Amino acid sequence: MTKKTKKGKKTVVDSETGLIDITRKKFRWSDYLAEKMIKGVAFLSITIIVLIFFFVFREAFPIFVSSKAPAKTEVASAAELVQETYGEVVDQPAAPEVQETYGEVTDTPAAEEVQETYGEVVDTTAQASAEDKSYTVSAGSGDDDNRAALKSLLSKDWVPVSEKPRYGILALIIGTFKITIISILFAAPVAILAALYTAAFASKRMKEIIKPAIELLAGFPSVVIGFFALMVLATFLQNIFQYDTRLNSFVGGIAMGIAAIPIIFTITEDALTAVPKTYNEASLALGASKWQTAFFVILPAATPGIFAAILLGIGRVFGETMIALMATGNAAQMGLNPFESVRTLAATIGAEMAEVVFGDTHYNVLFLIGSLLFVFTFVINAIAEFYVKGKLMKKIQGR
Amino acid sequence: MIKNKKDNIKGALIEGATLLSALLIIAIIVVMFAVIFIGGKSQMTWEFLTSFPEDGMTKGGIFPAIYGTALLVIIMSIAAVPFGTITAIYLTEYASENSIIAKTIRFAVRTLAVIPSIIYGLFGLGFFIKFVGVQMDNTFMGGQLKWGQPNILWASLTMALLTLPVVIVSVEEALKTVPKDLRAASLALGATKWQTIWKVVIPGSLSGIMTGTILAVSRGAGEVAPILFTGAAYYVATLPGSFSDQFMVLGYHIYVMTTQSANVDQTLPIQFGTTLVLLMLTFILNISAIVLRYRIRKKKTN
Repeated sequence: MTKKTKKGKKTVVDSETGLIDITRKKFRWSDYLAEKMIKGVAFLSITIIVLIFFFVFREAFPIFVSSKAPAKTEVASAAELVQETYGEVVDQPAAPEVQETYGEVTDTPAAEEVQETYGEVVDTTAQASAEDKSYTVSAGSGDDDNRAALKSLLSKDWVPVSEKPRYGILALIIGTFKITIISILFAAPVAILAALYTAAFASKRMKEIIKPAIELLAGFPSVVIGFFALMVLATFLQNIFQYDTRLNSFVGGIAMGIAAIPIIFTITEDALTAVPKTYNEASLALGASKWQTAFFVILPAATPGIFAAILLGIGRVFGETMIALMATGNAAQMGLNPFESVRTLAATIGAEMAEVVFGDTHYNVLFLIGSLLFVFTFVINAIAEFYVKGKLMKKIQGR
Repeated sequence: MIKNKKDNIKGALIEGATLLSALLIIAIIVVMFAVIFIGGKSQMTWEFLTSFPEDGMTKGGIFPAIYGTALLVIIMSIAAVPFGTITAIYLTEYASENSIIAKTIRFAVRTLAVIPSIIYGLFGLGFFIKFVGVQMDNTFMGGQLKWGQPNILWASLTMALLTLPVVIVSVEEALKTVPKDLRAASLALGATKWQTIWKVVIPGSLSGIMTGTILAVSRGAGEVAPILFTGAAYYVATLPGSFSDQFMVLGYHIYVMTTQSANVDQTLPIQFGTTLVLLMLTFILNISAIVLRYRIRKKKTN
């Protein structure tokens, strides 16, 4: 009320200064401008999506064409840039440590690849490797590089840095799916049951504990969850299950599941509470008990929402980078054993982008992987959105 | 009767399972926090928070990382909050609920919210650094390399894109709590639509804008993937002084310390300490956001 009177006074003062007509016209003009500007800004989010599409694909595109003119022009400055930016990283004793991290993988067949991958960084300084590459690219071998890279995309090996680089993303895709399945198998039941508890059984007091707790969990930075997985969870799970490699897709999957729980929980809970009260009352009136109502009436009625929740959970896990970098062991392997180290698509980008020469084939392949991730999450979100909009509305509103 | 008894057992089992799941989630949170708290507690000294890393990052404090994180979220908020607020105003005040434009924008916002953070990093690299930065260098710096490389400005802007949906969603929620009557009263008194928004709607939803900002800051402080190659550095000896400097961040510091430092065991206390600082930061921010939002929702129901 106080605000209103304040505002009222101000307009009175304004109208004292001039005729009402004039002020009105002036205000309409500013109103018009304000509306147009607000509308313009609101389009920003659409623009960003389009820009992301365009620029991520643009950097991935050169791999599909044989002429590599735009990349060549940038290579000179790019090489310089890499050396300047990441020089200090490589100067630090990072390189020997990388071997250390992967040391435990040494008995597996992937060890060879891993060593190969980081071999160059160990042997030469960043400057040397950067310059080497810029020469080869500008010498015009780009065409062959690209063709070979394109061919090797479906091969089994991910060996981006070697004499004959091979970019077999199959192992990365398998690794990503493996982790996604593990984490959803863990997160979905826990989150859905907890949401059912919150929506159907919990007392008001319990609700006031659980919901903020979930929000807190959603606020956990993924690097913190990754740290927890790396330091504590990995050892803990290894003691229980007695497997060989400490960091593997199982540990990574559980950790990512923890990150996905808040998303699945929130959307499921929303869907459950959106089920009309009449369903609940009708079921209880027919003599069903509380749990029967919860399990056989409310839960099925919210299926589309739960489906969407799982989809968005998958999207979250699929693109998770930091946990994958820290807790999965980062070795590209094809096997289906959950206790083997894996390397995910997102982690590959995160780990290798910093060491790559801008405009290089490797650089383009990493952007190609990024495009894959982007398209995948975009499609998943679209399905979740439209499927839910269509089905849930129909089902719940009984039309 | 027997069937009823069976049903009761079944019911108790199902209810128990749901309760267990809820408790499991809470247990996970408590354990994570407790482990990190116990591990990092001894590091929580004033010196740790205010001194530079020493001896190749095996000793010393994390001041540059804290400073870098603060700078990052400030620049990020300056970029994200106004744009996010304006988008939310458009969605609630101007666009009609079912217009195609509003639907498309909503879809775009939700898509932005689910795009993996590493993609933002790629976008920051491809757009801000390799496109905008390089163009800026060519036009203003005469081809000299200044903006076409990772720096704090590009990192902050990349982070702003990531946190934009967070701001939009919370501000939208808050705008919806401003009663229709208040708007109608303002319009009836002769105020134009813009005046109504500026003098009635926005003041009424300030706490919502605050919530959005806090959540965005919390998210921005914790994310690492978008800044992996748009500006975060392993170690810089000086604090960032200009937009074109690289900088250290808490999250990235944790990542490099755990996976790339020379002696992981030796730096373990620093790792736990840094993680605890980051966790406390996001905790405090999140709790204040939860409290604020709780108040807004209470206002709505009253």
